[in-house]
Amino acid sequence: MPKANRTFVSYIDKSREYYAAQGYDAPYTWASHTDAPFEPLAKPLSECRVALVTTALLSADARLEPYTAPSQPAPESLATEHLFWHKEATNTDDLGAYLPLDHLTALASEGIIGSLAPRFAGIPTVYSQRRTNRWAETIREALAEDDVDLAVLTPL
Amino acid sequence: MSLVARHLEANGIPTLIVGSARDIVDEIAVPRFAFTDLPLGNPVGPSGDAGQQRRILTTALRFAESAVVPQSSVVIPVEWNGAQDWRATYMSIADPAALAAEGEARRARQATKKK
Repeated sequence: MPKANRTFVSYIDKSREYYAAQGYDAPYTWASHTDAPFEPLAKPLSECRVALVTTALLSADARLEPYTAPSQPAPESLATEHLFWHKEATNTDDLGAYLPLDHLTALASEGIIGSLAPRFAGIPTVYSQRRTNRWAETIREALAEDDVDLAVLTPL
Repeated sequence: MSLVARHLEANGIPTLIVGSARDIVDEIAVPRFAFTDLPLGNPVGPSGDAGQQRRILTTALRFAESAVVPQSSVVIPVEWNGAQDWRATYMSIADPAALAAEGEARRARQATKKK
């Protein structure tokens, strides 16, 4: 069927129009690049230590700062209410849908990955890109301490 | 999160983003991106569907292992069994008057907070 819009949602367009309709005239300026860094995997996936990084927080009143927490046992749930996921269409009751620690444990026991890193990391979603970049270094230090071979980022 | 991927990768830690906001991740440009066309909130697979989550995660990891250049991306097949109009209902601007009122109310709250 011919159509006038993309099939996949453009969140840049949607959020700009949404906030404009709310009376915010200055649209958010997204970071934009035409190239990206690249670091090859140092070893086969089956030998990699994999860490998860999420945008969810440990609790609704947690301080807005990066954090780490033990990967096992996986937390029962995390705080996600403050994030801009589609609350009418789905839910975040199932950690496996956005922070698949238990799935990675299973994949490690099957030998598909080497192991799950002892900690996962979280970074709040904030307006300021400068703050995000500063926090990214805090996350990097934690992952480096844990000798992580591959970081899997699963933003909500 | 795309900025975090770029920072980690530039400093020696390989990364993979598994996510559903394709245009944002593409615009910021990241090393490896596995796209799941699902409502925001369930990047690894629909809530309550452990089988699909496992399959998506495994596919994404194998893709990450195979990537040899930056900005590698893959569209992972997904099945969404909930309401099929989720793309239209997210941040809908169908009711401009209600949205304008919401914006006004938020600005008023924030102005009070600052005092």
